[in-house]
Amino acid sequence: MAVKVGIPRALFYFYYYPLWKSFLENLGARVVVSPPTNKRIMDAGVKKAVDEACLPVKVYYGHVLELVGSVDLLFAPRLISVEKRAYICPKFMGLPDMIRSNIDGLPPMMDTTIDVSRKSKNLHKGVQEMGRFLSKSPRKITRAWEKALEKHEVFLGLTYSGFLPHEAIEIMEGGCRKVETMGDDSLKIALLGHGYNIYDEHISMNIVRNLKNMGVRVVTPDILPPEVTEAEAAKLPKRMFWTLGKRMLGGVLHYIHDSDVDGIIYVAAFGCGPDSMIADLSERFVRRHKKIPFMLLTLDEHSGEAGVLTRLEAFVDMLTWRGVS
Amino acid sequence: MRVTFPHMGNMWISVKALLENLDLDVVVPPPCTNRTMSLGVRHSPEFICLPLKVNLGNYMEAAEMGANTIAIAGGVGPCRFGYYSRLQKEILDDLGYNYRMVILEPPQRHFGEIFKEMDKLTKFSLGQFFTAARLAWLKCCLIDAVEERVHKLRAWELTAGQVDKVYKEALSNIDASQTRREIIKAKERALESLNDIRTDSTREVVRVAIVGEIYTILEPYVNQDAERHLGRLGVEIDKSLYLSRWVNDHLLGGFLPLESSRDALKMAAPYLNSFVGGHGRESVGYTVKYARESYDGVIQIAPLTCGPEIVAEAILPEVAVKEGIPVMTIYVDEHSGEAGLITRLEAFVDMIRRRKYHGWDAAAGQERGFEDVLSRG
Repeated sequence: MAVKVGIPRALFYFYYYPLWKSFLENLGARVVVSPPTNKRIMDAGVKKAVDEACLPVKVYYGHVLELVGSVDLLFAPRLISVEKRAYICPKFMGLPDMIRSNIDGLPPMMDTTIDVSRKSKNLHKGVQEMGRFLSKSPRKITRAWEKALEKHEVFLGLTYSGFLPHEAIEIMEGGCRKVETMGDDSLKIALLGHGYNIYDEHISMNIVRNLKNMGVRVVTPDILPPEVTEAEAAKLPKRMFWTLGKRMLGGVLHYIHDSDVDGIIYVAAFGCGPDSMIADLSERFVRRHKKIPFMLLTLDEHSGEAGVLTRLEAFVDMLTWRGVS
Repeated sequence: MRVTFPHMGNMWISVKALLENLDLDVVVPPPCTNRTMSLGVRHSPEFICLPLKVNLGNYMEAAEMGANTIAIAGGVGPCRFGYYSRLQKEILDDLGYNYRMVILEPPQRHFGEIFKEMDKLTKFSLGQFFTAARLAWLKCCLIDAVEERVHKLRAWELTAGQVDKVYKEALSNIDASQTRREIIKAKERALESLNDIRTDSTREVVRVAIVGEIYTILEPYVNQDAERHLGRLGVEIDKSLYLSRWVNDHLLGGFLPLESSRDALKMAAPYLNSFVGGHGRESVGYTVKYARESYDGVIQIAPLTCGPEIVAEAILPEVAVKEGIPVMTIYVDEHSGEAGLITRLEAFVDMIRRRKYHGWDAAAGQERGFEDVLSRG
């Protein structure tokens, strides 16, 4: 029987799921994903994690708990760095140790370290180490990885063509999503924030769907080609050393020169280190350069959808009236 | 050019010595007070970690004294401190301050990069730099030596406040010393005076180690003077971080034969198997180390929302149980109050004192004791 590998539907799931799934399946595993975040999952995570952890990490705990007992292996790589000279965040680096310390009855963990901050060769090492959980043949692992990368390219292609990452994942999973047919004259809002917050419908209180229901086109830095965000981020006086932070700042610098963008919303998780800096810098850049309205939404496990919705409506109304006058 | 820098405990004495001996006009910011904090808090991002806020207050108060240049260390992540300098500059610019920043980034290729950046401050010869650095380094080491003694002695003094009086005097004497000989003399005088202080050998003293994030450990203003309170409660203290040790480990690559954090880092495994930025791995490793050196308890101090310390905090309860040492975590931010801190310190110290001196080690009692510690009420 095939080995069952569990992937928590949280954190970097939203950036790498097609890649991970394909890699594991190519090595003969059966992939099990935890269900989309719901109240039960979030509550379970909040109970197990330390109070001071940020919401997405607490939700990750919840997804791990969901998988405990039903899978043979838990896919929980230690993502230190996915590109040269940049990190994700301290909590990602300690995550496997945190859940091992806080959650009982865990299945064996695929907690291989991925760290390409100094040497890009380390990726190859990481892939081989990861693959060894499922196969003894280095060649087979390499082939599985190469084929998985093709899937990743398809995923990225979809995002660069305008689908948000969670929509792209849904399409690749066979869900047919109808192509958005909003006119070019509709409002366009740039949504900033860590992907695992804005694309997780429970964490973000359906922010993307709610905006779309109000007739707003939503763009995020994740669907900009990396050349664009990198080039913009390179203009910063000091290099940003968080991968997602760099992308967001690049995105902001791009959007403030994009006359098509009507407003910018930053979704931050309470207690998130990078958000505390990136949100502030973004706001400063927006306010200095151009008169685009900016709103900061801070989320935690106590947020209520009604409150978030009220603020979104007020923001969108304000943008609409601006357009009229 | 008038140069200033942020406060961190006694660091100002060494930094002042370094910069002044490079013939710079130095403005030491006024000691951190509530005013410093509220100035910083008002203009900082809401949930940025506390050191950035207090630093900002330091700069604003130093500007009132005529400072126009800031010297600060940089960093390359993943801890937020690495981007402090940049964010602080943006905030100061928006507020209309005319500050120039000299940012000493960790050298990527060779040590010369630091000199190049320091060239922006002033022209100096290599010889002048080494003389200045050696003097600053000596001050740093000797202050730490006095401090270490102070941490132990406070627990035993017969009349509260004696030790702190000598300590304060020693700091100002070391600050005023201009030569090697003067510095060493000031330190020896301080140690002699400390030895003369009358002690009470009947006290039930316990030994507690402080681990956590460097700024909140070293700056008494932000940790509400935790060390002094512990001393008064009859607690001998050791700290995982002293400035001299940190400088040796991080700036000099462990070059000097001082006690290093290397052993402690190794002890973090298997609890924490990766560096996590900041001092997260040190916090875990040192807790293990102190447990094995039979300390009676460990207190972790960190700024609220500090990522590396949150990782450590999540893991410490497991360390506490497996290594058999009570651990308490204290987060500080601009809302921390001294009375609340004292209550928690008293409760913690009472608990470990009963455990050590009053046979509260029976299996059932011990278990209950740990529950109390872990729930961190």
